[in-house]
Amino acid sequence: MLSLEQVKHIAKLARIGIDDTAAEKFSKQLSSILEYVEQLNEVNTDGVEPTSQVTGLSNVTRADEEKRFCNRDELLACTELPVEGDMIRVKQVIKNN
Amino acid sequence: MLYKLTLEEAAKGLKEKKFSSTELTSNLIERAKKLNPTLNAYVTFCEDKAMAGAKAADERIAMGQQISDLDGIPAGLKDNFNTKGVRTTCCSPILKNFVPPYSATAVDRLEKAGLVLIGKTNLDEYACGGSTEHSCFGPTRNPWGADYISGGSSGGSAAAVAADMSFYSTGTDTGGSIRQPASLCGCVGLKVTYGRVSRSGITAMASSWDTVGPFGKTVRDVARVLQVMAGRDDLDSTTPDVPVPNYIGEIDKPAADPSKPLSGLKIGVPKEYYGEGIDPAVEAVVRSALKEYEKLGATIHDVSLPFTKYAVAVYYVAMPAELSANLARFDGIRYGSKPKEEAKDLVDYYYQARSEGFGDEIKRRIMIGTYVLSAGYYDAYYKKAQRVRTLICRDFDEAFKGVDVMLTPVSPFPAWKVGEKIDDPLKMYLADALTIPSSCAGVPALSIPCGFVDNKDTGAAKLPVGMQIIAPQFREDLLLRVGNYYEQATEWHKQKPGL
Repeated sequence: MLSLEQVKHIAKLARIGIDDTAAEKFSKQLSSILEYVEQLNEVNTDGVEPTSQVTGLSNVTRADEEKRFCNRDELLACTELPVEGDMIRVKQVIKNN
Repeated sequence: MLYKLTLEEAAKGLKEKKFSSTELTSNLIERAKKLNPTLNAYVTFCEDKAMAGAKAADERIAMGQQISDLDGIPAGLKDNFNTKGVRTTCCSPILKNFVPPYSATAVDRLEKAGLVLIGKTNLDEYACGGSTEHSCFGPTRNPWGADYISGGSSGGSAAAVAADMSFYSTGTDTGGSIRQPASLCGCVGLKVTYGRVSRSGITAMASSWDTVGPFGKTVRDVARVLQVMAGRDDLDSTTPDVPVPNYIGEIDKPAADPSKPLSGLKIGVPKEYYGEGIDPAVEAVVRSALKEYEKLGATIHDVSLPFTKYAVAVYYVAMPAELSANLARFDGIRYGSKPKEEAKDLVDYYYQARSEGFGDEIKRRIMIGTYVLSAGYYDAYYKKAQRVRTLICRDFDEAFKGVDVMLTPVSPFPAWKVGEKIDDPLKMYLADALTIPSSCAGVPALSIPCGFVDNKDTGAAKLPVGMQIIAPQFREDLLLRVGNYYEQATEWHKQKPGL
């Protein structure tokens, strides 16, 4: 069972703001999902390689050539935040002192 | 009544100048707009763009320059396919106003083939769900009974095709999101081999699982749409250079013995997909399809996929892990909605934007993903799931040594009532138990209508049931050929909801 504190910590890592009521609901639901997936431990996987790609491709590369993809104005038009020159103005990242 | 035509019939009518694309398109839009208040299959209409596209197609057709079989045919696409200049929301609050500056490769290819885009169809937010109830625009209703879910996540696309609100459509299938709604709404849906269709420009859910495929009223229609979308794309490095066959050509290849066109075909019946946990009425319908295949000359063989029962657990570790990484890009800065209140600092901005911008199911999955990828849990959960995934892939390799295709139900039960499973995520997840294993192995699978079961509440109305045919990787040609023979021999695909 995930505790409320654990749920809040996970939410923080995932950058999702949640309140106590939500944390309580998620704690039950997430715990039941994690409990369900525990059954994977029944399976003996000694010596079994993990699968992350199913069609056998590996290290696909392409020529290192510049390709234009949308123009700057089209991309900047997607933001709801103020645009100054070529940049989007965001909240302060590092505070003084 | 042009909306009732199949894609191929509509294409033929256009070619023979029986009607114009403008007539076809306005007729379809009228139909779609009339039914949408009941079914909620579309979340956006782009009528002006559609009528302009239809006019351009008519000009081409008048000059004998029809580009393809899809030229001038109107359709709606799932709303996680980027469509340049047309709002693309993924049915998520954070993208409610997002207008993409470029189109997905699949959309580009369809438009180059003459697609007339009429709108965007509903889905579970970011394709996460099996009922289309997790959409910020509300659920899509089943054309066979508006109290019922349409399935998901591509519920809007499936309902639109089944209710004659689109001549064809597209979807994404990560754990069953094309096959399951196709089955529950009564249309044809194809989940392709992993990498067969480019995913560039389609919002990523779980990158080692995601596939893109078509919905249609018939198997042949699905083949036509796949033909346009399939193949290598430089913008998606997971699309291998495997040649794309002529799918209609493969379907039309004459059989040696026309009375037994499928003689020599070995169909596997995996025991894990029948019996316990499967609605007996659904199972009976699928077993009658097996009988039909015997009449067509195929032979039926018992097979076993012993690791089937672990597939849902593998999926609910690996998928949220990959999803949580993919959805990290939604921060409400470069695109997406900003929070309602002024944030204190940048981190606070993220908390607010993502808290307001995501629905509960997405939050659950991101948190599960974050948990299983966090330090100390990665090996125990994610790595372990990937190892079990290997065993599931081996199941399929082994089974396909003895049979050409496998035939199973798509969903363990027919459509359920809207709201019935909404508070129990795990119960909802188990609805995908028969579609997830083939997603695990990256093999293609086709969902085809094969009958109806009684609606338990009214006893009167019927709910559609689909069967799933599974083939080895890159054998979409075989699936379509095998599916088409069944369709020719039966009438299920001709049954329409009374709308």
